[in-house]
Amino acid sequence: MDLPLLLGILPQVLLDGLILGFMYALIALGYTMVYGVLEFINFAHSEIFIVGAFVGVEIMLGLKGAGMLDRLPWPLVLVLVLLAGMAASGLLAVTVERVAYRPLRHAPRLIPLISAIGISFFLQDAIRLFESLWRNAFNLVYPTMDVLNVRFELTQTIDVSVKSLVVIVAALAMLGVLHVLVNRTKIGTAIRAVAEDQAAASLMGINVNRIISLTFLIGGAMGGAAGVLFGVQYGLINPYTGFIPGLKAFTAAVLGGIGNIPGAMLGGLVLGLLEALAASYLSLLTGGAFGAEYKDIFAFSVLIVILIFRPKGLLGEVIRGRA
Amino acid sequence: MMLHSALAIAAVAVSSTAVATFPRSVLAFLAFQGAVLFVYLARVSRWLRVGLLGLALLVLMPLIGAYNGYYLEVATQVGIFVALALGLNIVVGLAGLLDLGYVAFFAVGAYAWAIPGSPQGNEIFGGGFPLPPSMFYLFLLVGLLVAAGAGILLGLPVLRLHGDYLAIVTLGFGEVIRVLANNLDKPINFTNGPKGITPIGRPPAPFGLPYGEYFYFLVLLIVAVVIVVNRRLEDSHIGRAWEAIREDEVAAQAMGVPLVRAKLLAFACGASFAGVMGVVFSAKQLFINPESFTFLESIGVLSMVILGGMGSIPGAVLGAMAVTVLNLQVLKGFSLWLNELKNAGVTILGFNLADLPTQFEPAKYERMIFGIILVLMMIFRPQGILPARRRQRELR
Repeated sequence: MDLPLLLGILPQVLLDGLILGFMYALIALGYTMVYGVLEFINFAHSEIFIVGAFVGVEIMLGLKGAGMLDRLPWPLVLVLVLLAGMAASGLLAVTVERVAYRPLRHAPRLIPLISAIGISFFLQDAIRLFESLWRNAFNLVYPTMDVLNVRFELTQTIDVSVKSLVVIVAALAMLGVLHVLVNRTKIGTAIRAVAEDQAAASLMGINVNRIISLTFLIGGAMGGAAGVLFGVQYGLINPYTGFIPGLKAFTAAVLGGIGNIPGAMLGGLVLGLLEALAASYLSLLTGGAFGAEYKDIFAFSVLIVILIFRPKGLLGEVIRGRA
Repeated sequence: MMLHSALAIAAVAVSSTAVATFPRSVLAFLAFQGAVLFVYLARVSRWLRVGLLGLALLVLMPLIGAYNGYYLEVATQVGIFVALALGLNIVVGLAGLLDLGYVAFFAVGAYAWAIPGSPQGNEIFGGGFPLPPSMFYLFLLVGLLVAAGAGILLGLPVLRLHGDYLAIVTLGFGEVIRVLANNLDKPINFTNGPKGITPIGRPPAPFGLPYGEYFYFLVLLIVAVVIVVNRRLEDSHIGRAWEAIREDEVAAQAMGVPLVRAKLLAFACGASFAGVMGVVFSAKQLFINPESFTFLESIGVLSMVILGGMGSIPGAVLGAMAVTVLNLQVLKGFSLWLNELKNAGVTILGFNLADLPTQFEPAKYERMIFGIILVLMMIFRPQGILPARRRQRELR
C-alpha cells in the first residue's frame, strides 16, 4: 500500500467531492422543500433538473451558432444561462404541480408518488422527442469556453479549474439566498407556516395554493440551476442523465433528514464527499478488484445503513417547525 | 348470465375465426385476446368459463401459434408478465409496501439458472458446467428459493421504513442488483458483465413439441399455479394480515398481527414468483444481460398492477395483458402502419404523412405512453380498472 500516494491525492479528491456535493445539495433542496410542504417525493424533480441543463445547452449552442459565445463576457453568458435554466425549470415544476399533483392532494400517499413517476417518464421522452426533432440528436454536449477550462495549480498535486470555482461560488450564492428567503422574509414565513399546518396557515390569510406553487417554483429553480452547473462541469447530457443524480440527491435529502433545508445541504455534501472518496480509493484499496463503478452501490449502501440507525436522517425530519 | 354465456361463446368463436381468416392481422389477434379476457371476467358459470378458457388457451392459442409464431411469443410474454404482476401485487397491492425495484428478483432468478446452465459456471467453480439441461426443473425451485431469500434480505433492513422511504430503498436495491450484474465480471467473472451470458441451457421439450409451444405451455402452467396460490393467499390468515398492515400498521399490530413476519413473508412471496419466471425467462431467451432488468421494467410491472387495480387478481392479469400487448403489438403495429402510410404518401387533412419527421416513431416512446397512462389513471381512476372489492370501499 502506497500511503504517500493515497494521501497525496486526498485534497484533490475532497475538492471533487465538494463540487459533486454542492450539485447534490442544490438538487436535494427541490426534493426537501416539496417534501416539507406536501410530504411527498417529487419523483419528477430529476427531470426538472435535466430540463434546466437542456435549456442551458440550447442557449449556449444558440449563442455559439450566432458567434456570440466568445464575444460576450463569459460571466454574463453564465448568468444568462443560469437564469434561463432556473426560469424554465421553475415554471415547469409549477406546471407539473398544477397538472399532476394538485388534483391528488387528498389522495392516499402512494397515488401522487406514482403520478410523479409518470410525469418523470413523460418528461424524459418528451425531451428526447423535442431534441430529436429540433437537433436530430438527444445526446448534447455543452460547448466549451476556453476561460472555464483554465486550471490554477494550488499546490503540486491539487489544481482547480475555473468551472469548478464557478460551480462552488454559484451554489454557495444560491444556498445563501435561499436561506435568507426562507428564514428572513415574509414569503419564507408563509412557506414555513404552510409546512407546519396547512389549515391553520390558510386561516391566517395565507393563500396555501399559491405558497405551494411558490415552493415548487423555488425548488424547481434550484434544480434548474443545478442542471446548468452540471452541464458546465461535466459536459455531456441526455434526457435520461437526470435519473441517477436525482436519485442521489434524494438520497442526500433523506440522509440529512427530509424536509430539513440545512439537512439537505449537509446530506448533499456528505454524499458527494463519500462518493468521490469511493470513486478514487475503492480501486486503490482493493487492488483494482472493485473500481469506481461501485460508487453508486456505495451511495445506496450508505443510505440503507444510515436509515437503519437514524430512520429520520442525520439532522432529523423537520416537517413541523421549520420548512 | 344467459346473455353473458352466449356472448362469451360468440366472442371466442368469432375472434378465433377472424384470426384463422386473417392470420397476419394484429387487430384479429387483439380481438382474440379480448375474447379470452372477456371469458375470464364475464358472469358465466364456472364450468363454461373453465371450458372456454381451456379451449382458447390450450387448443386455439397453440394452433394460432402454428400459423404465426410471433403471436405465441406475445402470449408467452404476457404470461411471464402476468406472473410478475401477480407477485408484485402481493407486495404492493395486498401488503401496501411500495417496491420500486421488483425486477431485481426477476434478475436474481434469471442469473440463478443462467450461470450454472451455461458454460459461465466454469468461470466460478472450475469445471463441470453447463449442468445437464434437465436440471432446469430443479432450478425452477432453486430460482424460487434464491429470489425469496433475496426478498428477505431486502426486507430485513427496511422493515422499519415507511411509504416513501421504503420506495426509495427498494429502488436503490434494484439499481444495486443491476450494477452488480453489470460489473461482477471481475475480479471473479460471475455474470460476464454487460456482455451477458449465452448460451443458456434449455430442457428437452417433451412429446417433441417445438420450443415456442413448450415455453408457452410451461408459462401457462406456472401462471395457473400462481393464480391459484394468489387466490388461496388472498383470503387466508396471512392475506388478511397483509391487508390489515396495508390499512393501518399500528392497529394491525394491536390486533396481534406479527408485523415483521408478515412483511418478510410478503417480500418473499412476491419475490419467489419473479424468481421462477426469471429461470423460465433465461432458458427461453437463451441469452440474458443486465439490460433486461432496468428500472423501466420495474415501473412497467408496477404500472400493470396499478392499471388493473391494486390488490385485485383479475386486475393484475388484465393490467399485465394490456401493458404487454400495448408494448409488443399496439405501439409496434402503429409504428409499422404509420411507416406504410408514409411510404404510400397518404395525406391526412392536407398534411402529407411523408413530411412527418422520421424521429417520430411511437414504438420508441413507450416511456412517454406509460407516463401519460400512469398520470391519467392516478387522476381519474386511482383504484384501477378492476379494483379489489375491499380496496374499492376504502378509496371512496
